[in-house]
Amino acid sequence: MNADKIFKQFSSVMAFSAIGIMILIVFVLVTQSAPVWQAFGLDFAFGSDWNPVEGRESYGVRPYIYGTLITSFLALLLAVPISIGIAIFLSELAPPIIREPLSFIVELLAAVPSVIYGLWGLFIFRFYIRDYIEEPVINSLGDTIPIFSGIPFGLDLFTAGIILAVMIIPTISSVAREVIYAVPATQKEAAYALGATRWEMMRTSVFNYAKSGLFGACVLGLGRAVGETMAVTMVIGNTIGAQALPESLFQPGQSMASIIANEFNEADPGSLHPSALIGVGLILFFFALIIQLFSLYLRERSLKVGEVLD
Amino acid sequence: MKMSDSNNNMFVIIAIVTLVIGGLIGYFVFGSDTEEEIIEVKKTEEANNFLDINGAGASFPFPLVSNMIEKYFETHDTVRINYQSIGSGGGVRQHTAKTVHFGMSDSPLKDSQFDQAPNSLHIPITIGSVVIPDNLPGVDTGMHLTGELVADIFLGKITKWNDPAITSLNPEIDLPDKAIVVVHRSDGSGTSFIFTSWLAEVSTDWDEAVGAGKAVEWPTGLGAAGNEGVAGVVTSNEYTIGYIELAYAIQNDVPVAAIQNLEGNFIMPTLETASAAAGGAGEGLPAGKDTWSKVEILNSPGSNSYPIVSFSYMLLYQELNVIPDMDMEKAKALLEFTWWAIHEGQELGPALEYVPLPDTAVSINEVTLKSITFNGQPVL
Repeated sequence: MNADKIFKQFSSVMAFSAIGIMILIVFVLVTQSAPVWQAFGLDFAFGSDWNPVEGRESYGVRPYIYGTLITSFLALLLAVPISIGIAIFLSELAPPIIREPLSFIVELLAAVPSVIYGLWGLFIFRFYIRDYIEEPVINSLGDTIPIFSGIPFGLDLFTAGIILAVMIIPTISSVAREVIYAVPATQKEAAYALGATRWEMMRTSVFNYAKSGLFGACVLGLGRAVGETMAVTMVIGNTIGAQALPESLFQPGQSMASIIANEFNEADPGSLHPSALIGVGLILFFFALIIQLFSLYLRERSLKVGEVLD
Repeated sequence: MKMSDSNNNMFVIIAIVTLVIGGLIGYFVFGSDTEEEIIEVKKTEEANNFLDINGAGASFPFPLVSNMIEKYFETHDTVRINYQSIGSGGGVRQHTAKTVHFGMSDSPLKDSQFDQAPNSLHIPITIGSVVIPDNLPGVDTGMHLTGELVADIFLGKITKWNDPAITSLNPEIDLPDKAIVVVHRSDGSGTSFIFTSWLAEVSTDWDEAVGAGKAVEWPTGLGAAGNEGVAGVVTSNEYTIGYIELAYAIQNDVPVAAIQNLEGNFIMPTLETASAAAGGAGEGLPAGKDTWSKVEILNSPGSNSYPIVSFSYMLLYQELNVIPDMDMEKAKALLEFTWWAIHEGQELGPALEYVPLPDTAVSINEVTLKSITFNGQPVL
């Protein structure tokens, strides 16, 4: 009886400590970035200058917000069809004998440290992108379609997007598989009973059912892509200020996470530079928070619907 | 009694929980100052007979300094020196916060930093030199470039390799009609500071548009992290140009450009030409206790001086009792090591591709080190 009480109190205190940590993080981000907000106001969020030179300081985060969003959505565009395909195959089509090893390998992708993806991207993968994708695309479409123009180099938003796609495939596919599993068997059997083929069954009962859950899985993947730092920093090209405003996919850029990783170490303590980088962190934090909350909401909703009908 | 037993249990558990949460809160409130904690940890290790000296800062001199520390330990096995290569900014920060016994920085303290750390002394320890690697198929090392030309390339004003400004300097090279890809450092670094300081000095356009700093708003090109990052991108992609440390270029045999110096000669970067530059500038150096913020040995006179060189400094306090865990014994050990480092220690340089200090800098350092006191007593 008493042990139960202690256990309960202990757990609640632990649980609330997580909230406490969250509040402290926000507190630190807000107070430490206050000087830059005071100096530049909203121009800090919407400006495109980034000049840490003493006496010329001026900071604006807009190019890096673009960089983060473009690479993340590109990653999503590539990763979603692959991940959903993996999830469907593993949950509905794969014979048991390959289901286990295959899902193990997919999960293994998530266990690879991001710096490994970065190294692989930097030393191996980007040359293939440069020679087999960027060069032909730039030569054939570059003059007419601005987003495909540039110099083929392999260190740019496009490569960063592809590396991110590989990194978020395990996240999306495992959540998507869970969501598809949650579709009640009765629902599927009902579709078969009405004479549906396998594809029709998938379309009418599984997809309809798991729609918001699958969407939630994608948003979760987006959340991971937005915050990814090391791999992106190694392949995104790391331009600064107005140079980082994206005009083409094949142009080097910079994301919010990568500018922090790049410049924080040597940011001059007497200047606004550290404060500006923490300000970038605050903006990034809110992007990640909103994405995470949205995905949780969608996933919870879809899983609950499944349970009720079971 | 059962009741009080469990009350006791509860008390213990609540105490533990409070401690854990207190620790977490403490970590997040004060966690940004982990530098202080490093010292705390070091303090507790001092129970034995070692004299622990802690330093932190620039990564450029790290291979040299760690080699010096190792060599010095062979003959002074009671002095344990620990150097953390955390970057010049961190070195200045920790020196100012007095959490290390010595700091290291690739750039001298700015006047504002000097005010925050009064009585700081600059001890030049070695010399950094920045070289300009390029990658043009069929072109070996030694393409001729002038400062203004490099500035225009890094400003994005000269965009093709066959621009007349480049071809006129290199008539014997067949330069292609290809776009120049500029590669700069993406991380804040002393190397960028030296390079941009030089550009600001040789080109008013650069000075006005960009300026000098460890991180600047690069008008063109793309960024790679570290010397190895820039060198990797340049060597693996044709038609690129970048800038890296001399030591890194020599060790990795990267083709580099010959740069025009003050007297109009095109000079290949080597240990000799960098050393010549430092020697040529030696006459005008300030005393160790004065501000060094105006010191530069860029573009120094001398027919064989390579133009892009700069000192890397050790930072000490003139009165060592300002550092909390300092005592006379430690002060002596620290200064004896520093004395050794500017004399015998310099001989380790060339093998590691570091430029030895010129005599003028060594004699200024000697005066500086002799002026250092602990509780008012001279240490050396």
